[in-house]
Amino acid sequence: MSYDAPNQNGRFGPYGGAFVPEILIPELNALEEAFEQSWADESFLNQYRCLLHSYVGRPTSLTYAERLSHELGRGQIFLKREDLCHSGAHKINNTIGQILIARHMGKTRIIAETGAGQHGVATATIAARFGMTCIIYMGAEDMSRQALNVKRMRLLGAEVRPTTCGSQTLKDATNEAIRDWVSNPRDTFYIIGSVVGPHPYPKMVRTFQSVIGEEVHSQLRQLSSKAVPDVLVACVGGGSNAIGLFYPFIDYQDVTMYGVEAAGEGLHGRHAATLSTGDIGVLHGAMSYLLQDEDGQISLAHSISAGLDYPGVGPEHSWLKDIGRVKYISETDHAALRAVSLLSRTEGIIPALETAHAIAALEKVVNEVDTDSVIVVNCSGRGDKDMQTIMEHDEITTIF
Amino acid sequence: MKSRLSSKLNSLKKRDKKAMGIFLTSGFPTPSDTNQLLKAVDQGGADFIELGMPHSDPLAEGLPIQYSSATALRSGTTMKTTLEAVNNFRQTSDTPLLLMGYINPILKFGIAKFCEHASACGADGLIIPDLPPQEASLLQEEAHKNGLGLVFLVAPNTSTERMKQIDQLSDGFVYCISITGLTGSELRGQQNSINSYLEHARQVITHNHLMVGFGIQSSADASQLSKHTDGFIVGSAVIKEIERLWASQEIPLPDRQEALVEFVRSLKQS
Repeated sequence: MSYDAPNQNGRFGPYGGAFVPEILIPELNALEEAFEQSWADESFLNQYRCLLHSYVGRPTSLTYAERLSHELGRGQIFLKREDLCHSGAHKINNTIGQILIARHMGKTRIIAETGAGQHGVATATIAARFGMTCIIYMGAEDMSRQALNVKRMRLLGAEVRPTTCGSQTLKDATNEAIRDWVSNPRDTFYIIGSVVGPHPYPKMVRTFQSVIGEEVHSQLRQLSSKAVPDVLVACVGGGSNAIGLFYPFIDYQDVTMYGVEAAGEGLHGRHAATLSTGDIGVLHGAMSYLLQDEDGQISLAHSISAGLDYPGVGPEHSWLKDIGRVKYISETDHAALRAVSLLSRTEGIIPALETAHAIAALEKVVNEVDTDSVIVVNCSGRGDKDMQTIMEHDEITTIF
Repeated sequence: MKSRLSSKLNSLKKRDKKAMGIFLTSGFPTPSDTNQLLKAVDQGGADFIELGMPHSDPLAEGLPIQYSSATALRSGTTMKTTLEAVNNFRQTSDTPLLLMGYINPILKFGIAKFCEHASACGADGLIIPDLPPQEASLLQEEAHKNGLGLVFLVAPNTSTERMKQIDQLSDGFVYCISITGLTGSELRGQQNSINSYLEHARQVITHNHLMVGFGIQSSADASQLSKHTDGFIVGSAVIKEIERLWASQEIPLPDRQEALVEFVRSLKQS
């Protein structure tokens, strides 16, 4: 039986749904209608594809990582080069799709949340491209960790509003963005950056990110004797780059998939490994696994990578975990930093700290699969934004 | 719904009186204050009370209730202390009390267990702002089995058809959010447009009483906005008053309580 989640209520098994204040219900209904209409409309699709090609630079390369494969000793590793997307990560695939929907709906004001700043930059970029007002909510703590991205967003004409409540990270920035939307539903479009939030966001964001896996599918045939990869690996915070890579292959049962969460200081310390250690609850409008205390209050997540520092996860990942379709594992801050160094040194590619979690997992993954396996890793973002953090950990990342 | 809330609202309506609902955050400023604060708003003339179950991520709240929720959690408020407060209150008062909060702490507590405990402690109903009608089946059966009413909300952007559905689902009253915004929002001279929305809601919602809330700060706001409703709810303004009074620790406790009684009483005058 082929995979057909979500159902019409936005449920992936028991997960997903729309747990939001009543004010947002008409907006979500209108959004769903606009999205479904647009996605079936050839002129919308042409515009979307044209922007992906001429503005983002798609298709992004699928690069054979020869020296990395050699260093790990098993498997043929390919990197899907989302780091080459305009603005430095896969995030822009989604923001282009959503801003076109926003324009179709007649919205004039764009808001977004951001953790690492990549989604904020991708939103500010595309808002500038279309001349729309753009407000980005970002945790005050993240603003200091990702000062470079804050500057980029401001240069792109966006207003960056610091969130000073709670943990001052992505979770609280998301709360503030939702509150803004509740207060300004008529003119405002909320561009959510991951496969999280109420229905139809997880499905819509998946649709816009699926271009990643679709390109891999056609590119791999030219580069390898195999029609589909044996193994897919991607990091998971909210989970949009992972879903984008996985979804087009979900019905190919022979394709093994690994989602890599952030184990932070280790699973017994502070971490962001929601699927590995969390339990079921509702956060930001959807039912999913999440990190919470015994009284149902949301816990603070931790990861060295601001983009994975989130106590929830996209509802579809919860479902893919439960049905056993994707294996979820985790890597620590330390392992991610070492992986930054590994990929830089072997392939000349400095990955984002988020991406580095997927690279770090390869050591385990290659030992679980056949020697000649074709492994595609989503190289979801580039590491320039993380240079400050990387420099603060010179003892791990410098080998000479 | 247990007869307590309905009979209170019916009897007020018969006497052509508007009902006043008062919101308090359980455990704000500390769990040990809640019993006295409940008594004070009861004495001040609340016709029903909404006791907020604080949550770490209160999406629909403006700053005052965000602040009161965070303070309550920091000072040790849990679902258990909230239910104990309800139980204590019920020993001495028959004023209807609804628990208001977000779905996640209820899920974590266990839906069946939560409904049993809430009912046994003497709560009359539940208001869950992030549980719109299409997700309500999660809670509905257990709530009804335990005699707890579920109150749903409508907003200025809710369609007529949906208002009718919500009227069918809601028990006791329908909560009309005055403006598209957060709790404690400024009404900013929108009273006229709010009133025409409420007048429309009044025509559409025929099974339930109507209560208006969000942004009501004074008796003047209350009387203006309850022209077309059966009553009004004040939350953030009460929280701000408690915050102000409890910041003045040099004022003896009984005087602060009395000041709160007076504040609540003043909301109803007119």
